[in-house]
Amino acid sequence: MRRTTAGGRVARSRLARLRPALGVLPFGVYLLIFLVVPTVTVVVGAFGEEGRPSLTNLAGLAEPSVLTALLNSVLVSATTAVIGAVVGALAAYAVVTGRPDGALRRLVTSVCGVLAQFGGVTLAFAFIATLGISGVVSTWLDAHLGTGLTSSIWLFGLKGLVLVYAYFQIPLMVIVFLPALDGIRVQWREAASSLGASTWQYWRHVALPLLTPAFLGSLLLLFANSFAAYATAAALVSQGSPILPLWIRNALTSEVVLGRQNFAYALALEMIVIVALVMAGYSLLVRRTARWVR
Amino acid sequence: MRRTTIVDKTSTTKTGTKKISARISAMAVGAVGLVLVSTACAPPAPSTSSASGSAANGAATWSSAQAAGGMDALVAAAKQEGTLNVIALPPDWANYGQIISAFTAKYGVKIDSAQPDAASQDEINAANQQKGTDRAPDVFDLGQSVALANLDKFAPYQVSTWSTIPDDLKDANGTWVNDYGGYMSIGYNSAKVPAPTGVKDLLKPEYKGKVALNGDPTQAGAAFNGVVMTSLANGGSADDIQPGIDFFASLKKAGNFLPTDPTSATIESGQTPLVIDWDYLNAGESAKISTWKVVVPSDAVVGGYYYQAISKEAPHPAAARLWQEFLYSDEGQNLFLGGGARPARADAMAQAGTIDKAAYAKLPPVTGKPVILTADQTTRSAGVLSKEWARATS
Repeated sequence: MRRTTAGGRVARSRLARLRPALGVLPFGVYLLIFLVVPTVTVVVGAFGEEGRPSLTNLAGLAEPSVLTALLNSVLVSATTAVIGAVVGALAAYAVVTGRPDGALRRLVTSVCGVLAQFGGVTLAFAFIATLGISGVVSTWLDAHLGTGLTSSIWLFGLKGLVLVYAYFQIPLMVIVFLPALDGIRVQWREAASSLGASTWQYWRHVALPLLTPAFLGSLLLLFANSFAAYATAAALVSQGSPILPLWIRNALTSEVVLGRQNFAYALALEMIVIVALVMAGYSLLVRRTARWVR
Repeated sequence: MRRTTIVDKTSTTKTGTKKISARISAMAVGAVGLVLVSTACAPPAPSTSSASGSAANGAATWSSAQAAGGMDALVAAAKQEGTLNVIALPPDWANYGQIISAFTAKYGVKIDSAQPDAASQDEINAANQQKGTDRAPDVFDLGQSVALANLDKFAPYQVSTWSTIPDDLKDANGTWVNDYGGYMSIGYNSAKVPAPTGVKDLLKPEYKGKVALNGDPTQAGAAFNGVVMTSLANGGSADDIQPGIDFFASLKKAGNFLPTDPTSATIESGQTPLVIDWDYLNAGESAKISTWKVVVPSDAVVGGYYYQAISKEAPHPAAARLWQEFLYSDEGQNLFLGGGARPARADAMAQAGTIDKAAYAKLPPVTGKPVILTADQTTRSAGVLSKEWARATS
């Protein structure tokens, strides 16, 4: 009986130690079901074919059309990340220079909060309805300026993707970059001025070095965001699977070329590896920012 | 059957910078989570209620109406099951909307139509994923390559009208039977573009940004046959799809190829004024838009039939068999015809005088001998296409 009591006490103290962990339990379960299990499934699937270990699917990644898709994916993601980061950072700066509780700031942050999450079929449709073949804007421009937009197909290719992705990338940048700009304290500028620094010197030696890690971190976040975007592209581009997410769809649902489910796993693994690399870079940079802003 | 519609939102990769402070607690969480998940993942106790009814009368093994004890017994068994699960049957495809409502009106069997816009492969995927549940598809309507790759999933059945179906449109055992088919065609809005006289016309500047194909040919059967059609018109053959791929590359270069997926909506709004697709799908558009014309190019006649089959794992085996009887009855075949498709029994019905003559006369005229790819030719062409298509169109 005494042993049981002692055991009970030990169990209770263990429970006490575990109590903080209980709060994150739902998150842990969530991660397990929606991140760990799918990732393991993808890795196992990529290295197998019909239940046997095989490297055929990974070898398929070296096919020219798949390599082109990888290159396109990286190019589109990098381009939209740079456009989003630069334009978004400038917009965020413009907002920060205004009054912190002003109407402009409240308007911009709430609009950006909505637009950053506005993607998928609805966004693609919005662009098709305005700039597509029979879009409102393209029809008007053709009639008044003779632009030839109504017979141009640029929207349905990579150029179109860059434009449409920028639509949600810029607001996302504003949201993630505002806190970094807020972290720049007025006192630093005053200190620099009192030591005789010009505006240029202040930016060059104080503000920019402080903002660089946050900027690069946001850039990487934007990259991963557009790298993984699928529905927008799927609704816009229906020929040739120019980017990796569309290749995965093709491998899974094709009724013409059959039996490539495991190749889809290999493609997904390729995307996971690239996003993991980007994320590793991101967390390195975040650690550096944290050191500065403390 | 052709379109893969995507309705989920842009997937956004979230990067959490939150760190779980103590590694030990994180591991504990993981361990507890694992236990929870493994319990949650335990398969539910098998429900025997739905399976017992069909096992009792052996409907899953009936290979004809006689085996069921005659048509009346089959109808009674189907009524008892009450429901039929169909998948990937768009209401505006080969008149399936009307066929479904006519079946329910006639036999009082409710039809549960899942994922109307799904592709053929999705039908098989659904059958695998939902195996053993009462939501699994009962019957399939598949493109050639998917059908022939999954013969082990079908239950053989011979309909009452079996003898009037041409031999080359059915498997000898009734594992599959072609239900309807058609020819590859060019549909165009005569109010927006000039009438094309042949496939090569599509390279003319009048068609800049206007030539659309029904889907990506590496994914959709209809689009695949569209490329075969352009290949035939450019010196290719059933064994050589390359000229078709090259033709689309030239179309792309000229800025004529419109890489958007045509639907009834894009056709009505004028976004896709010229569409390469099966004649019965284009004919369906003519019914809605009077200026929508359909031509089957005389220098490139490509035919194709869809494959009808009963799932071996059908949760409603009697209803699935009754559906086959209905589709291959004069009524069902005329309904396909009403949607502009050529039913499998068209010749026999024309001879017997039971065909809907008005609808039969409305089919686009076809001259020349149609080319129908064999399964081997399809596989080989698809292999070439999957390597070359992305390069040709980007």
